[in-house]
Amino acid sequence: MSELSASQRLDIIRHKGRPTVNDYIPMIFDRFMEMHGDRLFGDDGAIMGGIAYFKGTPVTVIAQVKGRDLAENQKCNFGMPHPEGYRKALRLAKQAEKFHRPVICLVDTAGAFCGVDAEKRGQGEAIAKNLMEFMTLKTPIISIVLGEGGSGGALALAVCDELAMLENALYSVISPRGFASILWKDAAREREACDLMKITAKDLTRLGVCDSIIAEAPGGAHNDPQATANNISEYISKALERKLKKGLDELINERYNKFRSVGDFEEPPLSDKSR
Amino acid sequence: MLEDLFSMVKVRFNANQTDDDKKKTDIPKGLLFKCPRCRSVTLSEEFNKKGKVCPNCNYHSRLSARERLDITVDKGSFREFDRTMISKNPIDFPDYEQKQIALREKTGLKDAVITGRAKIYGKDTVIIVMDSNFMMASMGSVVGEKITRAFEYATRRKLPVIAFTASGGARMQEGIVSLMQMAKTSGAVARHNEAGQLYIAVMTDPTTGGVTASFASLGDIIIAEPKVLIGFAGRRVIEGTIKQKLPDDFQSAEFMLENGFVDMIVDRSRMRRVLSHILRMHNYTGEVPKK
Ligand SMILES: [Zn+2]
Repeated sequence: MSELSASQRLDIIRHKGRPTVNDYIPMIFDRFMEMHGDRLFGDDGAIMGGIAYFKGTPVTVIAQVKGRDLAENQKCNFGMPHPEGYRKALRLAKQAEKFHRPVICLVDTAGAFCGVDAEKRGQGEAIAKNLMEFMTLKTPIISIVLGEGGSGGALALAVCDELAMLENALYSVISPRGFASILWKDAAREREACDLMKITAKDLTRLGVCDSIIAEAPGGAHNDPQATANNISEYISKALERKLKKGLDELINERYNKFRSVGDFEEPPLSDKSR
Repeated sequence: MLEDLFSMVKVRFNANQTDDDKKKTDIPKGLLFKCPRCRSVTLSEEFNKKGKVCPNCNYHSRLSARERLDITVDKGSFREFDRTMISKNPIDFPDYEQKQIALREKTGLKDAVITGRAKIYGKDTVIIVMDSNFMMASMGSVVGEKITRAFEYATRRKLPVIAFTASGGARMQEGIVSLMQMAKTSGAVARHNEAGQLYIAVMTDPTTGGVTASFASLGDIIIAEPKVLIGFAGRRVIEGTIKQKLPDDFQSAEFMLENGFVDMIVDRSRMRRVLSHILRMHNYTGEVPKK
């Protein structure tokens, strides 16, 4: 199989028939019961959460919702969460911690929503709080990037014990479009940006960010959503088995170190000149 | 909407500039200060005498990290951590090394943050100061690592942390590695927090993007300087979404106070004493400032 470029993968994840969490959740989990609201402001349609069985074990599922048509997209704000979405996610994660349920996060967003209300309600604070609280949450967390992993808006559901990516998923600090518009003042050069940015599952594995790559159906998940869902299920089974046998202290220390170790710097010895 | 972490701070205040304004800014730098908030023009001498504060509207302008340390900590008390650390090029970004070499030369900084240990009115604290002169204080590997180490040091030594934040957001040139620094620094704050130690964040101009969405928003106490820019998304990105101009005070310190994300706004001239009193109230002992 020839290796696809990042921009070719961008085409695949933008395919109209790309499965969303609305397709995957019923294929992967049993009796998903949705829970609404952050108990502070409202209920955000861009993040769906609830309790379900995974192969007989109760788990908490937190998922970023993309629409499959205009009506769905209006409901989920085209997959871009507001602060209340992140706060709902945190509420459900804390609930999972209390009842010792593992948390499965499904990441698929272009990014946190950028708007006046989002600023007024503290988009930055909401994301920051999730990063801090997920880091010390006393239950296993598995995050899977399904399509787009858009910046801080994705990271807010991706502080985890293991990060997996579907083979065509992309996870980046800025959208290729945003990158092109800042670097070249030309958003139209997004494909070029995409290939420069090192954002594929393979790139992220090399950079120590992605732990597992989940195979999609040949040609992309849209060709066989069920086969792709089966691969996701198989991955979750193995990941949970690995994490559930660890003690909580070990689990949380390893989670801290997973992020602690990412960085590329050097420390030359202090020369007389720099004194 | 992935532009969220790149607030494009540089264009923040220039967006409403007229041609007439542009002509005025052509006057040789160093003679005049033109306030980006109220657009009034003052003699630099007067502006500098006020500690780089606009005499007309009280906008607190940017300071270098060294200037900030000078007015904040006890003379001679600062011991710098990790002073040689420099960034590599994790995603082989074109010309990133050269750009950094040139900036180090120009600014005398190794990267966009200085960390260390110091005293404020005799009380020991770990201090973090970001410097927007270096790539708009964007957060890459060095910023993330030095901040993380500073919090870890404070956790081990049972010391408070005071962080003067300023940043345009994540550092695009370091790709996903830059994004991970948000999680890494927030994790270090979490451990310092669990150890029961105090963290004061002081938001200075501009605190935006990935820094707002990580350690800057996690202080036990969050202080802001008057009129500074604080926000998550870039103003132009939001204006593009809603297709209208935003009011001048959008994403100001005062806007954040009103919406409940800042505890208090403190003038630069009072900052050192306010910090000292807060440390004292949390039983970090030492000399008590007069007044
Ligand atoms: Zn002014």
